[in-house]
Amino acid sequence: MLQYIYLVPLFPLIGFLINGLGWKSLPHKAGGIIASLAILASFVVSFLVFLEVKAGAQSVVSLFPFIQTGSLNIQFAFQVDALSSLFLLIITGVGFLIHIYSAGYMAHDEGVVKYFAYLNLFVFSMLLLVLGASYPIMYMGWEGVGLCSYLLIGFWYKNRDFASAGKKAFVMNRIGDLGFLVGMLLILFNYGTLSYQQFFPQLGTAADLGSTDLKNWIGICFLIGATGKSAQLPLFTWLPDAMAGPTPVSALIHAATMVTAGVYMIARSHLLYDLAPVAAELVAYIGLATALVTATIACRQYDIKKVLAYSTVSQLGFMFIALGCGSYTTAVFHVMTHAFFKALLFLGSGSVIHAMSGEQDIRKMGGLGSKMRITQITFLIACLAIAGIPGFSGFFSKDEILTAAFAHNPVLYYGALLAALMTAFYMFRLYTLTFTGTFRGTEEQAHHVHESPSSMTIPLMVLAVLSIVGGYIGLPAVLSEHNTIRDFLGLNGAVLNSKEIMEHVEALGHSKEWVLIAVSVVVALVGTIAGIALHRRPDFRTNKGLALILERKWYFDELYDAVVVKPLNAFGNILDRYADRKGIDGTVNGVGRFVRWGADRIRLVQSGQVGYYLFIMVLGITALMAVGFFIHS
Amino acid sequence: MLLLSLLLPFVFGLLCFIIKPAAKYLALFSAAALTGIGISLAFSSHAAPISFAFPWIPALGATFSLLGDTLSTILIALSGIVFLVVMLMQQNKEVEHASSFYGLLLLSIAGINGVFLAADGLLFYFFWELALIPIYFLCSQWGGDRRIAITFKFFVYTFVGSLMMLAALIYLHSQTADNSYAWADLMAVAQHMPFQLQLMLFGMMFVAFAIKMPMFPFHTWQPDTYEVAPMPATIILSALMVKMGLYGVLRWVIPFFPDAIAHFSHLIITLSVIGIVYASIIALVQTDLKRLVAYSSIAHMGLMIAAAFSLQSADAVHAGYNTASQGIIMQMFNHGINITGMWVIVQMIEQRYGTRDMAKLGGMSSAAPWMTVALVIVAFANIALPLTNGFVGEFLLFNGIFQSASPYNILFMVVAGTGVILGAAYTLRMVQKVAYGESVIGDRNVDISINEGWSLAIVITIILFLGIYPQALLNLLNG
Repeated sequence: MLQYIYLVPLFPLIGFLINGLGWKSLPHKAGGIIASLAILASFVVSFLVFLEVKAGAQSVVSLFPFIQTGSLNIQFAFQVDALSSLFLLIITGVGFLIHIYSAGYMAHDEGVVKYFAYLNLFVFSMLLLVLGASYPIMYMGWEGVGLCSYLLIGFWYKNRDFASAGKKAFVMNRIGDLGFLVGMLLILFNYGTLSYQQFFPQLGTAADLGSTDLKNWIGICFLIGATGKSAQLPLFTWLPDAMAGPTPVSALIHAATMVTAGVYMIARSHLLYDLAPVAAELVAYIGLATALVTATIACRQYDIKKVLAYSTVSQLGFMFIALGCGSYTTAVFHVMTHAFFKALLFLGSGSVIHAMSGEQDIRKMGGLGSKMRITQITFLIACLAIAGIPGFSGFFSKDEILTAAFAHNPVLYYGALLAALMTAFYMFRLYTLTFTGTFRGTEEQAHHVHESPSSMTIPLMVLAVLSIVGGYIGLPAVLSEHNTIRDFLGLNGAVLNSKEIMEHVEALGHSKEWVLIAVSVVVALVGTIAGIALHRRPDFRTNKGLALILERKWYFDELYDAVVVKPLNAFGNILDRYADRKGIDGTVNGVGRFVRWGADRIRLVQSGQVGYYLFIMVLGITALMAVGFFIHS
Repeated sequence: MLLLSLLLPFVFGLLCFIIKPAAKYLALFSAAALTGIGISLAFSSHAAPISFAFPWIPALGATFSLLGDTLSTILIALSGIVFLVVMLMQQNKEVEHASSFYGLLLLSIAGINGVFLAADGLLFYFFWELALIPIYFLCSQWGGDRRIAITFKFFVYTFVGSLMMLAALIYLHSQTADNSYAWADLMAVAQHMPFQLQLMLFGMMFVAFAIKMPMFPFHTWQPDTYEVAPMPATIILSALMVKMGLYGVLRWVIPFFPDAIAHFSHLIITLSVIGIVYASIIALVQTDLKRLVAYSSIAHMGLMIAAAFSLQSADAVHAGYNTASQGIIMQMFNHGINITGMWVIVQMIEQRYGTRDMAKLGGMSSAAPWMTVALVIVAFANIALPLTNGFVGEFLLFNGIFQSASPYNILFMVVAGTGVILGAAYTLRMVQKVAYGESVIGDRNVDISINEGWSLAIVITIILFLGIYPQALLNLLNG
């Protein structure tokens, strides 16, 4: 089965081509059916591949030479191992559910076929990203998902603001991409290869000529790439704006899959980060800073999708903390549980927005639970999962992250704990304001509120189940000797946690681990209760002081605008008007004018008198002879 | 075949002047034929370079000798394809004095192909001017506002450069043992020049090419000229004639003056990467589509120049036989294709909306959805998105700069790399202004016509094919 791995990205590609070429002629229903079937087919193949990988198989499948010239040899090849096969399942599995949901959500949009074409293209790119057996192929998918994200954020193209959001997302990602590119070239220059198969085995052996400095630099370059794609500080501001796209897109791209690409990249390069201590520490602290900053912002947002967007960024920060501690499998575990509950949250919010006829402001909601029971219950499950309430999936993965952080460095631990507290708080603030209390919208909206069609609620229910059970594949050591997901990822050494973190966690002992679990349970409960209690009787006064700063997102956008965007444009205008037209072009014209001025003067020399010409000629010949004399002597 | 790629456009160009009503079709036919000739030359020169020679002006020591190796023939193929796209695009357009217009275009193509093939210094110069003069007339007779002043400046500027090149060639010729202008003989002389002399001759030759490419700070003729030139001339200028400059550097400068290159390469790479950032920042604030593309092109050429001067002289003698120079050749080809696609779309926009001012455009997504698809594909190829042809070329260029012996290689690469970010910013800004928003012309549908469809189809097919399977072109380059 492994040799048929190319089928996994091929199906979505075919789906894209059919919908993309037929977007004007295909009936609206067909778009959704074709696209969903394509993803379903991919999922089936992925599942079969997964089973084989679970049984111990792995392979690099080469399709054709991509760039083969001189010293450079890059194959268009796919890497099938535990890490990629797990991501395949998440992408195609969650992706399939979101496709089904989209068929209901987008049914009335005139561009629905185009929408599904983009969605399939996105899944194709994402699959390329995780399947590539070398960095350039990963980069290909990396930029491909960026393109699709751009296209889908600006899907409702008549709104220019949406187009700006798409542009912002792409350009910010490009800043990260430059880091990725430089990192790749550093590897190519020093190790002569970009394929995982040839690069990783060189690391840490006698043949490894690279210094620790070099590895730190490569690690930092890749981290810059990851901060762009995974919306970490300082490149995170595009993700909340990306919510301009249709809500299922937010669920698939800007929560469950694309934004985890940075996590995938660092997990894939875990052997490098094991040997790059500075870069690894930086990963952890960037993660911590992001988790904290964006969690504070999420506490004061009123747009249901913005709350979820900042929450996503914050959760990605948690994953980066785990990566930085060397606990790579934990990060991947959290990618998975997060994919379930965050996709569920977004799809639930989509269901709410659908019912509210496009309203996204939670100040105008309230009491929706009674009218849309399925959405309410599934949303509640997701909130419980993300808050880290025991028994739900988020609890297990978050607890593992906190344990790793504690074992690695207490600063990380306490910071992450604070972020976890805020997570529970803002999620239950959101839940309480949306689903409980009394309705605060207009009469017309109140009349219109209804439960969504089954094509939307069924995916919600499936994801709700996954949000509960998804955590049991990664039980803490005090409960079980086997951590299923860690064992699976360790197959054939696909992803192994660093030795240090393994030892440190081991050294904690069971009693300390119980304490850690107890603390994280208390934190989750406190946050939850506070979130509910403080918002039972909501009061939307104008924010002042810190609250205003949080509502305005710590003024990051204003800062970037003032420091980068405006000066760059002003500089561009100065260069255009003064440096280019007056300065350089002025000089060129000046030379021209000088020549003409000179010519006007010299023209006077041509007086038409033969004697005068003869005189000049003699003078010239004399001069030439003099010059010749000096040269020869 | 080599000779045919010169004679065909030359003869058909003259025929255009004579058989006036058929001019457009004669040009279209020769464009198609040139494309075929170019592609078959590119394949047949793969095994061994093709050469052709007969005595030309024995008194001066000049022979009519042509050499088609992969570097040359791929550019010949490019000129055929670009010209074909132009002619398909023109089928929907009426121009005044069509016979002279197409005749001049063909003569210019003949000159350009000659530049790419000439293996004799004097012949090279001859074709160099032959390519320029028809373009001058095209711009000054069929151009837009202020055309006389702008094209005159363009002409004088590039002509001054070429005169300096001629002087250098004549001097090199005077130093040959057997009164020869042959490329190999001139190179042998140049390589063993005393250092000071080499610097001077390098400067004279390089200025001609630097103006043509154009390299920062010799670029100011370009945005103005592109703006006023009629679109076919703009395409020929930007897709092909700027490549003459880079070709000149690769063939007639880098192999010639190893010591001077070693001395000056840092300066030139520095200027090039400054030029990338400089032109990109200016592109950010342009409102005219043509000026935007012009500055974008300056930035793209800057990257190619930087990569060219990261080469070792010895590598460049057999251009095409190492990874770095293959990247440059590949990107010369790709840039030619992509910018042609960009211009075709700009021309279509101007025809439909009557303006190139981005502030007055908008909503093309509703008015011309397929045209928007084409615009988006070409735009993303322009910013080197993977799976478009732009990516592989740019990747190889960055790699070339990185692999150079210079101690500043990483710095150069990173500064040049900011062009990647700025490129995305100005290109997407343009897409946003043109395609998004409410349609400025209401519900009118103004999508692609059949001939335009063909010309864009050629461009997009190449963009995607070479993006997915770049090895097809690299195989031709691998010696």
